Amino acid sequence: MDKIKAIIIKEWREVFKNKLVLFSVSFLPLMITAIPLVTLYYTGRSDDFAAISIADIPPQFVPLCGGLNGGDCMLYYIVTQFILLFMMVPVIVPMTIASYSIVGEKTTRTLEPLLATPVTTLQILIGKGLAAVIPAVLTTWGGYLIYAAGAHLMVSNPEVVGKLFDPLWMIAIFLVGPLLSLMGVSISVMISSRVNDPRVAEQISAVFVLPVVGLFIGQMSGLILINEEFILWMAAVLFVLDSILFYFAIQIFQRETILSRWK
Amino acid sequence: MIENNPVIVTENLTRSFGELTAVNQLSLSIQKGEVFGLLGPNGAGKTTTVRMLAALLAPTGGKATVAGFRVGEQDQEIRRKIGLLPEAPGLYDALSAEQNLAFFGAMHDMENVSSQIRRYLDLLGLWKRRFEPVGTFSKGMRQKLAIARALLHEPEVLFLDEPTSGLDPQASRLVREFIIELKEEGRTIIICTHNLEEADRLCDRVAVVSGHLLALDEPGELRRKIFGRKVVFHLTEAKLELVNILEKFKGVSEIEIVDNKILAAVENPETQNPILIRELVENGAEVQFVGELKRRLEDVYLELMGAVEGNDHG
Repeated sequence: MDKIKAIIIKEWREVFKNKLVLFSVSFLPLMITAIPLVTLYYTGRSDDFAAISIADIPPQFVPLCGGLNGGDCMLYYIVTQFILLFMMVPVIVPMTIASYSIVGEKTTRTLEPLLATPVTTLQILIGKGLAAVIPAVLTTWGGYLIYAAGAHLMVSNPEVVGKLFDPLWMIAIFLVGPLLSLMGVSISVMISSRVNDPRVAEQISAVFVLPVVGLFIGQMSGLILINEEFILWMAAVLFVLDSILFYFAIQIFQRETILSRWK
Repeated sequence: MIENNPVIVTENLTRSFGELTAVNQLSLSIQKGEVFGLLGPNGAGKTTTVRMLAALLAPTGGKATVAGFRVGEQDQEIRRKIGLLPEAPGLYDALSAEQNLAFFGAMHDMENVSSQIRRYLDLLGLWKRRFEPVGTFSKGMRQKLAIARALLHEPEVLFLDEPTSGLDPQASRLVREFIIELKEEGRTIIICTHNLEEADRLCDRVAVVSGHLLALDEPGELRRKIFGRKVVFHLTEAKLELVNILEKFKGVSEIEIVDNKILAAVENPETQNPILIRELVENGAEVQFVGELKRRLEDVYLELMGAVEGNDHG
C-alpha cells in the first residue's frame, strides 16, 4: 500500500507541474459545471415555465416527475439533461492524466529504473490508475455538489432541487462516474503503449468519449430516456467493460513488453 | 578479490527476440567484490545481459543466479539485491533530487531513507541542491543522482550501463573516482562500457562480447594472451647487428627496430631480460632503459573484433 501511495504522490507531483495537463484537467470540469448553472440561472426562476403543462413534457419523462406540476417538471427535465454532461468529466480527465503519466515515462525513459525495483506491475498500474481516477472522480463530485448548491439557490421549487439527490443522480455521479474513470484509464494505458506523444494518446483516447456524447445527444433529442433503469444498466455494462479493459491493460503493461516493445 | 564466492553465475544464458539472438549461450561467474566489465560493440547484447541479470527480461535459454536467486523464478528477490544505473538516467525532471530518491526508497520499502538520501547526496556533492528540480541539473549531476538512486538501498550487486557516457571529462572523472570508492568498499559492480580505458582502469576482469563471449580475463592477461609480452630496449643507437644477436635467443621473436628502440617479443621477460641486456651491452649497445610495451585494452578489443569481422566475412 505504501508503494501505491508513493506512486500516486509522485504522479501528482509530476503531472500537475505540467501546465497543459493542469489546464486540461481543470478547464473541462469548470465548463461542465458552469454551463448548467448558467442555464439554470436563466430558467430557474423564469415565469415562462408557469404556462407549461404536463402535456408539453416528453411523455417518457413524465413518470420521473412524480407530483411536480408542468413548469417544475420541465425544469427538472432540463436539469436532468446535464447528467450525461457530468459523465464526460470522469472519462476525459483520467485520460489526460494517464496519457501524460505513461507516455511521459516512456519518453523520459524512467520506467526501466522503476521496473528494476521490487515494485510489482500491478502496484504500478494501480498507483498510476488511482492517480488519474482520484482527481477525475473528485472533480466530478465537486462539480456536481457545486451544481446542486447552485440549483438550490437558483431554482425556487425545493422539490425540483431535491430531485438532484434522487437515486438516479446518486448512482450516476457516485457509481457510474468512477466506473467511467476506470474505463478512461484502461483505454489510456492501452493507447499509451502504442504512441510516443502524450497529445496523440490524449487525442486518440478522446474518441472513446464519443459514446457518452452520443448518449447526451440521444437524450436531448428524446431518443433515450435517462432513468434509474438506464443508469443501472449503464453501470452493469461499464463494470463488465472495465474488467475486460483492465485485464487487457495489465497484459500490455508487462515489464518485458515495456522494455522491449515500448519504443 | 575473494575467489570462489560467486555472486553472479550464468550458464549458457540466452535471450532471443524473435529470430534475433541478442545474447547467445553466455557463461560467466562473477565473484563477490569484483568489478566486472562487459565490453562489446553496439548490439552486442551487453544491455540485454544486464537486463536479464537485473530481472527485467527473462532468459529464453540457459540459466543464471544473482545473489543466490534464480533469474526468471525469484525476480522480486533479485530486484531487492541489485541496483541499476540504466543507459539513460531516467529521473523524474519535475521532482527534486530528494523527492526522486525518496520515491525510489519507498519502492525498496526502505525505513531509513532520509539518512541514506543525506549520505549519498553528500557523497556526490548534491546535498545543497536537494530541493531543486532535477530538470535543472547538468548531465553530470543527473548521472551522479542516478548512481545515488542505484545505491540508496545498499544493493549487493550494482549494474552500471555506460556510467560515463556523454559526460564531460571532469564529470567522467568524478564518476570514475566514485566507482573506485565503491570498489574499495568491496561492492560487486558490473559495468557495461564502450570506454575501454575506463574498463582497463576500473575492472578486475572484463568479458568481450558480441552476441556470444569472445574473451574473458583480467585486462592484463588478455593483453598477454593476444599480443604476448613485448620488451622495449631503449638504446643510444639501435643497430641491425644487435637484432641479429637477439634473434639467437630461444623465446625471443618478432624483433624490430623503431627509432632508437629495439622491440622484441620475450616469452619470459623476468628471467630473460637480464641475459639479453648483458648480451646487448657486451656487444657495444648503450642501454638507456628497458620496459614492457604496454598494449591498451583498446588494442585487445580491436584485435578481437577484427577476428570476429574476419570470421563473419570469411
